Amino acid sequence: MRHIISILLENESGALSRVAGLFSARAYNIESLTVAPTEDPSLSRMTLVTSGSAEIIEQITKQLNKLIDVVKLNDLNVSQVQHIEREMMLIKVKAPVSARDEIMRLSDIFRGNIIDVTDDAYTVELTGTSDKLNAFIASFDCDSILETVRSGVMGIARGSSALHL
Amino acid sequence: MELSGAEIIAQFLKDEDVEYLFGYPGGAVLHIYDALMRADSVKHILVRHEQAATHAADGYARSTGRTGVALVTSGPGMTNAVTGIATAYLDSIPLVVLTGQVPTAVIGSDAFQEVDSVGISRPCVKHNFLVKDVKDLAETLKKAFYVASTGRPGPVVVDIPKNITDPNIKVPYTYLPSIEMRSYNPVTKGHPFQIKKALELMLNAKKPVFYTGGGVVLSNASASLRSLVQRLNFPITSTLMGLGAYASSDEQFLGMLGMHGTYEANMAMHDTDVLIAVGARFDDRVTGHLEKFCPDAKIIHIDIDPSSISKTVQVDVPIVGDVDDVLTTMLEILKETASSANDSVVKDEPALKDWWKQIKQWRKKNCLRYNKKTKTIKPQFVIEKLHEITKGDAYVTSDVGQHQMFAAQYYGFDEPRRWVNSGGLGTMGFGLPAAMGVQLAHPDKPVACVTGEGSIQMNIQELATCMQYQLPIKIINLNNRFLGMVRQWQEFFYEGRYAMSYMDSIPDFVKLAESYGHVGMQIDKTSDVEDALKEAFAMKDKLVFIDFITNREENVYPMIAAGKGQHEMELAPDSELV
Ligand SMILES: Cc1cc2nc3c(=O)[nH]c(=O)nc-3n(C[C@H](O)[C@H](O)[C@H](O)COP(=O)(O)OP(=O)(O)OC[C@H]3O[C@@H](n4cnc5c(N)ncnc54)[C@H](O)[C@@H]3O)c2cc1C
Ligand SMILES: Cc1ncc(C[n+]2csc(CCOP(=O)(O)OP(=O)(O)O)c2C)c(N)n1
Repeated sequence: MRHIISILLENESGALSRVAGLFSARAYNIESLTVAPTEDPSLSRMTLVTSGSAEIIEQITKQLNKLIDVVKLNDLNVSQVQHIEREMMLIKVKAPVSARDEIMRLSDIFRGNIIDVTDDAYTVELTGTSDKLNAFIASFDCDSILETVRSGVMGIARGSSALHL
Repeated sequence: MELSGAEIIAQFLKDEDVEYLFGYPGGAVLHIYDALMRADSVKHILVRHEQAATHAADGYARSTGRTGVALVTSGPGMTNAVTGIATAYLDSIPLVVLTGQVPTAVIGSDAFQEVDSVGISRPCVKHNFLVKDVKDLAETLKKAFYVASTGRPGPVVVDIPKNITDPNIKVPYTYLPSIEMRSYNPVTKGHPFQIKKALELMLNAKKPVFYTGGGVVLSNASASLRSLVQRLNFPITSTLMGLGAYASSDEQFLGMLGMHGTYEANMAMHDTDVLIAVGARFDDRVTGHLEKFCPDAKIIHIDIDPSSISKTVQVDVPIVGDVDDVLTTMLEILKETASSANDSVVKDEPALKDWWKQIKQWRKKNCLRYNKKTKTIKPQFVIEKLHEITKGDAYVTSDVGQHQMFAAQYYGFDEPRRWVNSGGLGTMGFGLPAAMGVQLAHPDKPVACVTGEGSIQMNIQELATCMQYQLPIKIINLNNRFLGMVRQWQEFFYEGRYAMSYMDSIPDFVKLAESYGHVGMQIDKTSDVEDALKEAFAMKDKLVFIDFITNREENVYPMIAAGKGQHEMELAPDSELV
């Protein structure tokens, strides 16, 4: 099963490579990983998407917790927790005159923003679940997509429960 | 106090009460060496190879319970130390390894003797640090010792660029007696509810067995383990790493379990209904085929590291905590429940009696029997005699191979921290340098290094270190002219094709020992074994290298082959059992 794991990490050089190294050394999957400093500059917040059986996910969270740089961690996909996930995508598509209306229509339907326009290409900014971003990509044929860039998933628990010190 | 980085290191090691520093100099650590010499704060032991520095620090740590400390230079010094760091990591041994690094200004430029030490060591350390500012040095050193020695212990590398130790840059220094880290708070107290639940299960067991490991030794929990096991009158077996935590000579001890464990230990594991795993990590050399492991057992697991629990085998009652703490709590609860200390506390006394009857039946196989009447020397016999002559009171280190298994099976350790070997990584070359650390820590105790002609040659240069520091180690070389353990596997699983497992051009070990200034002996008859050992141990201030020419194709039995269950051991063929 797919799990989103939120991690508070010491904002130290090398902390990221400890997490990445753990996943490769123990042959765990990483689907995506995002990391940036928090409002407290000594801490980074990482969101990691992985998948595996219940036993593997348990080992993953235990092994992550064991890393000295990991301050705190939450698995957002456990039954007690409801969560929200978001991913951002910038997608650049070919925009010949004949296709522009359709691109704008699609962008509207998916609540995207067109953030760059040139003679032959549009760039759309889109936020949502990974599924939504995938669906948007699927509505174009491969040939018309020039470039996509995705942030990777960020997640947060619903309600007042929060991952902080 | 204003000190340079190098002086801080010297002063800190003194303040931290470090007794020995094992190291080897080089460009990146010259400031440190200069400061060490002038401060005269710790005793520095000059090894002959950086791998030996880490193994010696490791041997010191294993035999004392204190943190071992090594110092090596950047680049090749650091890479040479990696095997020792990994060895300590897999056996959870507290080490602090200080590695020199090129100056911060040139890090990343492929400077002379630069390697990414933090990157190279990352997968085999508990944690590592790169010191980027001399102002952080003292605190980082303290953190390193704290992390290495608490929780599940392990090696910590502190990488120190040369400019950080510059003698001309002085900063204030104070020693921090303790430190806190927000991201590191190892649990030591077991959960009371889990402990109660475990006890309940134990008291209702019909066929219980304790399976104990290195965690008991690391936790210094030998005394509480003995009290609990005796209070319950349960059988107990131990992993290779836990030997000595419970006295081997005690009636309740079934011997080692696992691939080369005893028949009774492995059969008890297979048939048990309540397995009490204590500071052991369900290693594949212990479990054999996982699907056949303890098929009928409810499993209790006490371990300080949550990630050890349910890693390979799902357990029923996990208890995260320090072994000594948890066992002591169990003893206290038992004291409250029983009216007198001699009252039986188990619920089904007759079942336990039957269980012991069954175990005695298994014991009758006498699975460690071997033919003692051969003229050529049996390695098992040498170890038994070693026990006899040292009265079981020696510290025994070993290398890796058949000789290691013979030492584990036949020495019979009655005390913890007496048996020092590389179990997890299985590092040939560990034995001699580890023995140096042990001998330094216990100058008045007999120290034996049980080795093979393959392993000893992996760090043979340390004979020079032993001469320099007058370490009277007794090297017991079980010389079968084969990489015996490899040969055994080739005999069993490759139809006897001995690819590269023979030893050719073996040196004359007697002359070799003598050339370093030590005493050498060669013994090739069973009848001479006892006298040779007596003579060697009588030379209390000399290193003696005894080259025992042993039976060439001796095998280690019992053996559980890969893919087999615990009950599917192969025992020595009858022809052997006279
Ligand atoms: C040639 C060869 C053959 C081998 N054959 C065998 C064999 O037949 N049988 C065998 O048993 N081994 C054998 N081994 C060794 C094997 O590879 C493992 O090293 C060993 O089984 C692991 O022992 P352990 O489970 O006690 O774990 P250790 O590696 O000693 O781990 C200790 C455990 O205790 C925990 N711990 C640490 N401190 C504490 C504390 N304070 N409180 C609570 N828990 C703590 C740790 O988290 C860890 O889980 C062999 C090795 C070699 C090289
Ligand atoms: C550094 C290293 N290289 C290779 C091995 C694989 N290995 C395990 S046992 C063994 C043979 C050891 O031979 P020897 O030291 O002569 O001991 P014996 O088995 O004959 O008692 C080898 C090569 C190892 N454990 N460590």
